[in-house]
Amino acid sequence: MPEIRVTPLGAGQDVGRSCILVSIAGKNVMLDCGMHMGYNDDRRFPDFSYITQSGRLTDFLDCVIISHFHLDHCGALPYFSEMVGYDGPIYMTHPTQAICPILLEDYRKIAVDKKGEANFFTSQMIKDCMKKVVAVHLHQTVQVDDELEIKAYYAGHVLGAAMFQIKVGSESVVYTGDYNMTPDRHLGAAWIDKCRPNLLITESTYATTIRDSKRCRERDFLKKVHETVERGGKVLIPVFALGRAQELCILLETFWERMNLKVPIYFSTGLTEKANHYYKLFITWTNQKIRKTFVQRNMFEFKHIKAFDRAFADNPGPMVVFATPGMLHAGQSLQIFRKWAGNEKNMVIMPGYCVQGTVGHKILSGQRKLEMEGRQVLEVKMQVEYMSFSAHADAKGIMQLVGQAEPESVLLVHGEAKKMEFLRQKIEQEFRVSCYMPANGETVTLPTSPSIPVGISLGLLKREMAQGLLPEAKKPRLLHGTLIMKDSSFRLVSSEQALKELGLTEHQLRFTCRVHLQDTRKEQETALRVYSHLKNTLKDHCVQHLPDGSVTVESILIQAAAHSEDPGTKVLLVSWTYQDEELGSFLTALLKNGLPQAPS
Amino acid sequence: MAAHLKKRVYEEFTKVVQQQEEITTKKLRLTKPSKSAALHIDLCKATSPADALQYLLQFARKPVEAESVEGVVRILLEHYYKENDPSVRLKIASLLGLLSKTAGFSPDCIMDDAINILQNEKSHQVLAQLLDTLLAIGSKLPENQAIQLRLVDVACKHLTDTSHGVRNKCLQLLGNLGSLEKSVTKDAEGLTARDVQKIIGDYFSDQDPRVRTAAIKAMLQLHERGLKLHQTIYNQACKLLSDDYEQVRSAAVQLIWVVSQLYPESIVPIPSSNEEIRLVDDAFGKICHMVSDGSWVVRVQAAKLLGSMEQVSSHFLEQTLDKKLMSDLRRKRTAHERAKELYSSGEFSSGRKWGDDAPKEEIDTGAVNLIESGACGAFVHGLEDEMYEVRIAAVEALCMLAQSSPSFAEKCLDFLVDMFNDEIEEVRLQSIHTMRKISNNITLREDQLDTVLAVLEDSSRDIREALHELLCCTNVSTKEGIHLALVELLKNLAKYPTDRDSIWKCLKFLGSRHPTLVLPLVPELLSTHPFFDTAEPDMDDPAYIAVLVLIFNAAKTCPTMPALFSDHTFRHYAYLRDSLSHLVPALRLPGRKLVSSTVSSNIAPHEDPSQQFLQQSLDRVYSLQHLDPQGAQELLELTIRDLQRLGELQSELAGVADFSATYLQCQLLLIKALQEKLWNVAAPLYLKQSDLASAAAKQIMEETYKMEFMYSGVENKQVVIIHHMRLQAKALQLIVTARTTRGVDPLFGMCEKFLQEVDFFQRCFIADLSHLQDSFVDKLLDLMPRLMASKPAEVVKILQTMLRQSTFLHLPLPEQIHKASATIIEPAGESDNPLRFTSGLVVALDVDATLEHVQDPQSTVKVQVLYPDGQAQMIHPKPADFRNPGPGRHRLITQVYLSHTAWTEPCQVEVRLLLAYNSNARIPKFPWIEGGEVSPQVETSIEGTIPFSKPVKVYIMPKPARR
Repeated sequence: MPEIRVTPLGAGQDVGRSCILVSIAGKNVMLDCGMHMGYNDDRRFPDFSYITQSGRLTDFLDCVIISHFHLDHCGALPYFSEMVGYDGPIYMTHPTQAICPILLEDYRKIAVDKKGEANFFTSQMIKDCMKKVVAVHLHQTVQVDDELEIKAYYAGHVLGAAMFQIKVGSESVVYTGDYNMTPDRHLGAAWIDKCRPNLLITESTYATTIRDSKRCRERDFLKKVHETVERGGKVLIPVFALGRAQELCILLETFWERMNLKVPIYFSTGLTEKANHYYKLFITWTNQKIRKTFVQRNMFEFKHIKAFDRAFADNPGPMVVFATPGMLHAGQSLQIFRKWAGNEKNMVIMPGYCVQGTVGHKILSGQRKLEMEGRQVLEVKMQVEYMSFSAHADAKGIMQLVGQAEPESVLLVHGEAKKMEFLRQKIEQEFRVSCYMPANGETVTLPTSPSIPVGISLGLLKREMAQGLLPEAKKPRLLHGTLIMKDSSFRLVSSEQALKELGLTEHQLRFTCRVHLQDTRKEQETALRVYSHLKNTLKDHCVQHLPDGSVTVESILIQAAAHSEDPGTKVLLVSWTYQDEELGSFLTALLKNGLPQAPS
Repeated sequence: MAAHLKKRVYEEFTKVVQQQEEITTKKLRLTKPSKSAALHIDLCKATSPADALQYLLQFARKPVEAESVEGVVRILLEHYYKENDPSVRLKIASLLGLLSKTAGFSPDCIMDDAINILQNEKSHQVLAQLLDTLLAIGSKLPENQAIQLRLVDVACKHLTDTSHGVRNKCLQLLGNLGSLEKSVTKDAEGLTARDVQKIIGDYFSDQDPRVRTAAIKAMLQLHERGLKLHQTIYNQACKLLSDDYEQVRSAAVQLIWVVSQLYPESIVPIPSSNEEIRLVDDAFGKICHMVSDGSWVVRVQAAKLLGSMEQVSSHFLEQTLDKKLMSDLRRKRTAHERAKELYSSGEFSSGRKWGDDAPKEEIDTGAVNLIESGACGAFVHGLEDEMYEVRIAAVEALCMLAQSSPSFAEKCLDFLVDMFNDEIEEVRLQSIHTMRKISNNITLREDQLDTVLAVLEDSSRDIREALHELLCCTNVSTKEGIHLALVELLKNLAKYPTDRDSIWKCLKFLGSRHPTLVLPLVPELLSTHPFFDTAEPDMDDPAYIAVLVLIFNAAKTCPTMPALFSDHTFRHYAYLRDSLSHLVPALRLPGRKLVSSTVSSNIAPHEDPSQQFLQQSLDRVYSLQHLDPQGAQELLELTIRDLQRLGELQSELAGVADFSATYLQCQLLLIKALQEKLWNVAAPLYLKQSDLASAAAKQIMEETYKMEFMYSGVENKQVVIIHHMRLQAKALQLIVTARTTRGVDPLFGMCEKFLQEVDFFQRCFIADLSHLQDSFVDKLLDLMPRLMASKPAEVVKILQTMLRQSTFLHLPLPEQIHKASATIIEPAGESDNPLRFTSGLVVALDVDATLEHVQDPQSTVKVQVLYPDGQAQMIHPKPADFRNPGPGRHRLITQVYLSHTAWTEPCQVEVRLLLAYNSNARIPKFPWIEGGEVSPQVETSIEGTIPFSKPVKVYIMPKPARR
C-alpha cells in the first residue's frame, strides 16, 4: 500500500525550529530547517540524529526546502549542511536566498561574539551552505529528479515567503510555511490554485483567533504617530530588522507623503539598510500597489525616512525613530528609550509581542518605574502604545486556504497543541477531511491511492465513445478492452489487437444454461411464444426466429426441446458467448420468470 | 445549390445540352458586377492554397457593395467546393459571414448553401467558422422563424462534435437564435422547436471548461433576449460555482444573479437542514461566498453584482458586515464596536491601552463556524482585498445597497470610513463619493468624523475637494463635531490656501444644516467675552471669513444668534454680504432695518418683482419704432444700464438680462451709426469720421458672436434674430466701405459676397422667415432679383435706405439661458515676485479655473497667453484636465508652459481663457450645402474665439542663460 509519512522534527505542536520530514512515494524531503528561539542548548536545533542513525543525510534526503528567511525556518541550515553534513540540493526562493545569509550571519555574531559560544557554525560555513542553494521562481516547476518535482506559490508573510507543492507522480503534498491571507502594506495575500494535494501541511499560529480588519489598526497607528508629532513629541518604534519594519516604514512613508508632513523619520542603520536594499530589488514579490507604482518611484526608496545617527536622539523637535531590537531588551532601541522616557509628550509604540522579562513587556503591562542596571530607577512618563501587526493567517484565513487547495487531508504544525485541537475539529467538521497534528518525532502515516496512468489506443477510445449517448463529464464509464502490462507501462487496447500483439489465438467461451418451462405445447410453439415474448420485452435488440426453430437475440441462441422425462416441461437451452455475458444473464433471468400466459 | 448547378452545367456542355433554362439562370448570375468576376479570375489563377489565401485576404480589405454581394458569395461557394486546404475554406467561411453582414443584403438565399457545406465539412475549425457564419446570417434575419428553427436544428446536430470550438459556436448559436415559444410556428417544414434551455443546460457539465462557459453565456444571452429562464437552472448554476476554472465561475455568478432577479421570492431548501429560505437570499449568500474566491476576476464580478441585489432581506444584508472576532477562543469586540462603546460612554477615544482589546467571554467551541456558507463578512473581506479592483467594486456595491437601505447605511459607515485610508487614491476617492451619496441616510458619530476629517490633510486636491463636498451634505450629531470640523477645515485652509473657496462653500452648508449646534459655539468662535472687548479680527483673513460664513449661515434659521454678535461682527456682515453674496445669506438683524427683508415678505406671493421689471423694461424698448431717434437712443441707453445692473444683482436672471442687454447694445450701436452725419456729406469729406460707423459694425459682429456662442440654452428663434443682426452689421460695413473706398473693383467682390450671405441666410432660416415681417432681411429678399442685377453702387444705395427703414426686431426670451463664464483662481495675479526662468527653457505655470455653463469644455475652452510684445500663444488643455464637480460646472486644472527670449527686466504676461466657437456646430446642415452648390468663399463655418474670463497678470522674468 503506498503511503505518505510525515514526521515533524520541530514545530510539531510547537512554534519554532520548524523542520518536517516527508516521505512520499519513496522520496524523502525535509521542509524547513529552523532553530528555536527559546533554547540555548542542543534543543535549539532539530534532532538530526533521527535521520543519521540510518546513514548519511545526503543518502537519505532527496532535497531540502526552505519556505522563508525567518530564523525559526532556516536557522539550523549551516549546522545541518556543514556540521552534520548534507550535500544535496536546498531549494528556496530568490529573496530568501538573498536575505537568509544576512540573518544567519547576524545570528552567528550574537551567539558567538556576544554570548561566546564555541562549536558554533562559522561565516565560512554559512557561505558554503548557501552554495548548495538552488533558487526557484514562483509557479516554476522544478524537477528535483526524474520523479520528484516541486513548485512554489506566493505566501505573503515576509518578502520571498513561499508555499511549496511537492509532487511525485500523482501524489502530492503542499507545505505552507508561514503565510498570510490578508494583504498588508507591502505584501500581497497568499494564493494557491485548486491543486488538490493528498496532504496539506499548514501552520496554525493563530488557530483560535479571528482578527479584526487591518485598516483599523493601521489607522490607529497613524493617528497616534501623527498626533504625537503634531504636539512636538518624539515617537520611538522598536522593531526587528526585517518584515514588520518594512511594512511600518511603507505605512509611515505613504502617510507622510499623503499628508505632506515634514517631521523627520529615522531608521537605525546596519542590518535594516542592507535588507531594504533587497526589498528594492524584489519588487515583483510585493503587493499590487508597490508593483504598479515602482516605475514612477520605488516605494522602498524612502523619501522621508533617513538613516539614524546616535546624535540625532538629542535633537530638539519631533521625530519618529525605528530602532532595533523590537522588545527593548538591548541595543539602540533601549538607549533611545532611556533618553526619551522622561517626557510625557513622547511615545513608544510596540508593534509586536514582547517576551516576558524584557523592558517591552514590563512597560506594556503598565509598569511605570523601571529598575535599570546599576540600581538606577527610570521613571516612564512617555505614552506606551501597543499595536499588533502580525503576518500570520488567522483561523478564517487557514480555513480559506484549505478551501482553496481542497486537500484530501490536513496536517497542522507550527502552533500550540491546545489551539490546534480546536482547529482540527473545525477542519474535520467543515471540510470532512481527516486532520492530523503530530508532536515532534511522532510519525503520521497516510495511505494513498495513487492513480496509475494507462495509455489507450485512439481507435478503441473513439469506438467506445461512439457508443455513449451524451457526453457526461467526470462520470465513470464502462469500457471494454484488454490491459497489457509490459515493462512497467500500462496500455489499454482492444482485445483483437491484444491477441495479435501477444500472438495468442482467441478462445471462444460460451455459456449455456437450461431453463425449464411448464409448457405442454410443442417445441415449435414454445419457441414461437418465447420469440414473441422476447420481441415484446427487448424492443431495442434484434430478435429473430430462425427457420430451424431456434430463436436468436443478437448472438444469443435459444433452443427449445422437450424434456426427456416430463413432456409437460420444455427445456430452453440458452447459449451465449462471454462477450454477451450481460445480455445472456439478463435473458436467463427473464426466461426463468416464465412466459406470460398466452391468450389461448 | 448554384454551384452544384454550375458544375453540372459545365459537365453537360460537353455532352448533350438538355437543360437550357438552367444555363440561362446561371448566366444571369455570372453577369453580376465585375467585382465578383475579378475575384473569380483571381481564385482560378491561384495555384497553391497559400496564393488563394492571399487573394482572399486582399479581397477582404475592400468593401463590397450590397448589389454585388450575392455574386461574390456564389463565386466563393464555388471555390469552396473545390478547395482542399482547410485554411482557405476557413477564410472563405469567415468571408461569407462578413459578407452576409453587409447592409442591404438579405442573406437568406445563401443559407441553404451554408448549411449544405456544413454537412460535408470535416475540419473542426472550418465547422466552427461556418457556424459563426450561420450565426451572422441568423442574426440578420431575426423575424424569420423558420430559418431560426432550422439553424437551431443544425446547431443541435453539431453539439455532439468532439471539438470544443464547434460546441462553443453551437451554443452561441442556440443562445442567440433559440426560442422558447413552441406554439408559434409549431412545425414549419416539420421542424419542431426544441427546448433550448434544456439543451444548453445539458452542456453545463461538459468536460471542457470553455464549453461550460459558452453554455452559461448562451443562457445569459437567452435571458438578454427576453426569454424567461427556468428556475431549475438555479441548482445547476450553483454547482458550477465550485468549478475549477475561473471563467466558468465568473459566468456562473452572473447566471445566479440573473435567476435571483427573476425569481426572488421563490423558496429554496437549505441543504442538510429542513429550513427553507427565499431564493434571492440564498443566491446572495452564494455570491457573497464568491467574494473570497481564489481568482480576483471572480471576486470583482461577485462584488459588483452584490450591489444590485436590493431585494435581499436585511438580516442577510447586515451579515455581510459581520465578522465575529475571537482571540484564543474568546469572543473579542471589533475596533468598531469598541469605538462605539467609548463614544456612548461619553469618553473621548483615548487611544488603546495594553490589553484594552483583551478578549472577554469564552466561546463555545462547537458554536463557532469558521466558514459560514452565508453572507458573513463578505464585505469585510471584499474591502480588505489585495486587488484594488475588488475593493472598488466592493465600495460601489456598498454604496448601492446603502442607498436602498438606511439601516444598512448606518452599519456600513464604519467600514466606509476605514476605506478613507486605503493606499490607492482611487479607492479613497470612490469611498468618499460613496459616502456623499448615502449621506442623507446617516449621521456621523464623533469618532467617525474624526477619521473623516483626518483625510483633510491629504495632499491630493481631488481627495480634499471630494471631502469638502461630503461635508457639505453630512449630518453631524454634536456641537463638538461641528467644532472639530471647523478646526480641521481651518487647518486645511492654513495648509492649502488654494482650497479657500471650496472650504467656504463647505462651511456655508455646514452652518445652514446645523444652526442649533452652531449656536452654543458662537461666543467661542467669535472669541467674544462677556466683559471685555476683544480685538477686532482682520477682515481679510480667510480663516476669519470662514468662521463668519459658518455663523451667518447658521444664523439664517436661528434668530437668537445675532444677539451674540459684537458690533464689528455686524459691520463685517454688511461687508461680506456685499462682497461674498453667494456665501452669506440675507439675515434679519435686530435693530437694523433691512429693507429687503420686510419688503420681500410682503411681495413673496406675487410674481418675482425683478422678473417683472425685466419684462417691463424690455416691453418698453420693443415699442421703440414709434419714438423719435433721439428718445430711442436715450431709452436704449437707460434700459441697457438697468439690465446690466439687474444682472449683477440677481444671479438667477443674469443670463437673460445680459443677453437682452447685449442685443439692445447692438441695436443702439446700429442706430447710432445710422444717425451719423456722415451719410449726408459727400463721400470724400468724411474719411476720418467714418471710424465710428465701421467700428460700430465691427463691434456688432463681435457681440452677435458672443450672443450666439457664449450662452447656453439659446434656441433657434434667437439664432435667427442674432444672424439677422449680424447681417445688418455686414450691410453697414459694406456701405461704409463703399463710401470710403475709391474704385469699384474691391466693392464688386464685397457685394457679391454679401448677396451670397443673404442667400445663405434665407436657406438656413427659411422656416423662420415668417417671423421676420417687415424686417431688414424681409425687404431685402423682396428686392433680391433687382439687387442681383444691379451694380455695386446701386446695391449700396438700396441697402442704405433699407437699413434706415428697417424696424427693430423683437427678441423672444429663451426659457433657460446662462452665460458661460470663467474665473481664474490660480494664478492669482497678486504676486510681486517674478517667476524667473532661463530664457529658451520653459516654465510651467499652474492654471486653475472654474467654468460655468460651458458646454463641452474639453473642445471649446482654450488658454491664451499674451506676452508684452503682443505675441499671443494659444494652449489647448488636455481633456483630462477638466473635472466635472457638478452640473453646469467644470473645473480646469492644467499647466501652461511659458517660454520667451531673455528680457532685461521682469514684465507681466496676461493669461486668459478663451471660448472657441465654430458656427458649423449650430447651424443645421443641409444636404445641398454639402453638395457643393454654395461656393466655398461664403462663410458657412465661422471659427473664432471669445475671451470669457478676466485676464490675470503673471509676473515673469526670463533670464539670459549663463555661460
